[in-house]
Amino acid sequence: MKVCVVGCGAVGSLFAANLAQLDDLEVWAYDLYLEHVDAINHGGLRLSGAGEALGRLRATSDPSELPSCDFGIVATKAMHTSAAIAATAAAFANGCVATVQNGLGNEEAIAEYTDRVIRGTTFPAGKLLEPGHVQWDVKGDTTLGPFEPKPAPADEIARLAEACTRAGMPTTAVDDARGPQWRKVIFNASTNPVGALTGLTHGRVCEDPELRRLVSGLVDEGKAVAAAQGIELDADPEELIDHAAKPEVAYDHKASMLQDVEAKRPTEIDYLNGGIVRFGSELAVETSLNRAIWSLVKGLEQSW
Amino acid sequence: VKVCVIGAGAIGSLFAGHLATVADVSVLTRREEHAQALNDEGLTVSGRHDFTVRVRAEADPRELPDFDLGIIATKATGVEAAAGSIGGKFPRALVMTVQNGLGAEEIVRRHGDWPLVSAVTFMSGTKHSDTHVEYILDTPTWLGPYGETSYARVEEIGQLLVDSGLKAEVLPDLLPAQWSKLIFNATVNGVSALTGLPHDAHFAAEASPSDLGHLVHELVDEGKQIAAAAGVELHDDPWEMNVLATKRGSAHYPSMLEDVEARRPTEVELINGALVREAGRHGVAAPLHAAVYRLVTAREASYS
Repeated sequence: MKVCVVGCGAVGSLFAANLAQLDDLEVWAYDLYLEHVDAINHGGLRLSGAGEALGRLRATSDPSELPSCDFGIVATKAMHTSAAIAATAAAFANGCVATVQNGLGNEEAIAEYTDRVIRGTTFPAGKLLEPGHVQWDVKGDTTLGPFEPKPAPADEIARLAEACTRAGMPTTAVDDARGPQWRKVIFNASTNPVGALTGLTHGRVCEDPELRRLVSGLVDEGKAVAAAQGIELDADPEELIDHAAKPEVAYDHKASMLQDVEAKRPTEIDYLNGGIVRFGSELAVETSLNRAIWSLVKGLEQSW
Repeated sequence: VKVCVIGAGAIGSLFAGHLATVADVSVLTRREEHAQALNDEGLTVSGRHDFTVRVRAEADPRELPDFDLGIIATKATGVEAAAGSIGGKFPRALVMTVQNGLGAEEIVRRHGDWPLVSAVTFMSGTKHSDTHVEYILDTPTWLGPYGETSYARVEEIGQLLVDSGLKAEVLPDLLPAQWSKLIFNATVNGVSALTGLPHDAHFAAEASPSDLGHLVHELVDEGKQIAAAAGVELHDDPWEMNVLATKRGSAHYPSMLEDVEARRPTEVELINGALVREAGRHGVAAPLHAAVYRLVTAREASYS
């Protein structure tokens, strides 16, 4: 079984290095960061922190080097999905491609180039410390399911989930993976931009009652858009928000969007609040707060 | 005529410099060195006008000479201290407020029974040093009676401003103009502070769904509903004020943006806070203004 991780940043590296522990798997990584690719090919891909691993795998920035793969796992930032899958699609002509990215719209982008698509949501997180070395900050579960317009077969989804679980990344295959996806999208869309616009950590956003009310206003709109599609959230995003605000969890965590804003990098706002607004307008669900937040963060990006 | 300008930022310096060409002007500064520099070098106005005048400056309110007209030209956050510094004195004087937002007159009233004049100003300038202000936008100052003050006395002040080279328009009731500017400032200053954008063409752009002009338009519409509920008929349409201002060529940096960039307290309470409180008092929903208000307040909280 051959697996290629497309986009070997923090989350991609967690999958790649762990999957590389399995003897029955050949793992590849596709990434455009040349120093990272060279480091992986020379010394392996190292994880430290919440879990330790050294993965031996092949990395490349040249899609023509990729073999024909059974599975792709796309883990780029959402704004790079189309370019990454367009470049690598040939390797998945006979395989299935899963997304473990943030936001809405990644499955649609992947389905433009491949035929068997897996909707995925993952909660583990980390950061790239240096080429070839990723810090694993938080362990967590992954859920995989078919992307209905172009679904991967259920037994293939189960095969990928089984491999990930065996590799130390607990993964469940389900019939409808939209519940966890929307829970995470609503969580991210309701908290990340608030941190990015105010400069506050997650915990400080949550302990300001007025700001917390704004977060809940964003959550409520997201829930309404999910409900209008018949999606049952696997849990209430509010619980995740309050859980993450605890001192021992992520009180001091600066949302990745705040880190992006501080570094003046493009954010994933189009795929979070922008995605909620897009689905909302198709379903005639009011999303004025999410639209406001979307515009503010777009404005912020335009100010650079 | 004897005039005292309290607060010598850009707006105070523009009033003091111009009025000194037709009146005896004293200036109350916060810093001793500022007063000293003005007394030594005079006050230079450049830009749309070009002259240097003598003014009498004091940092200690006890040293101020008597005056007929006091102009409180501090930021909204400085009105309390400014009014306190002349409290109980200068019984013959008329006192004019020119602050953004609502409520400056009530604050001044608590410190003395002077007849009050309400004003809002659209002129702008940049202070290059303690003794040099550049006159940038020569848009008018609107003024009107507050409470029992007679219209005739306000007309005299309007004439004095015009004689000094500034633009002024006297209105029988300033409230419609104050509210137009309140809605304009709450919208433009808040969005500018959060996005980092000066007041430029982005604020009028409505082509794509995430364009900032949509949010600006919705904030203005929400503001109009609050004004209607408060029984105020607006003097100008804030959306048209916005569009016009973005066409001026050089983009204005709202003070709220300058304040957050310098990590200073902003005027958010007296502008956005005042508008949201008016909404609450009149039972109008204002979720977008509430969101902008909370986000700017939280941005201030992030300084520490």
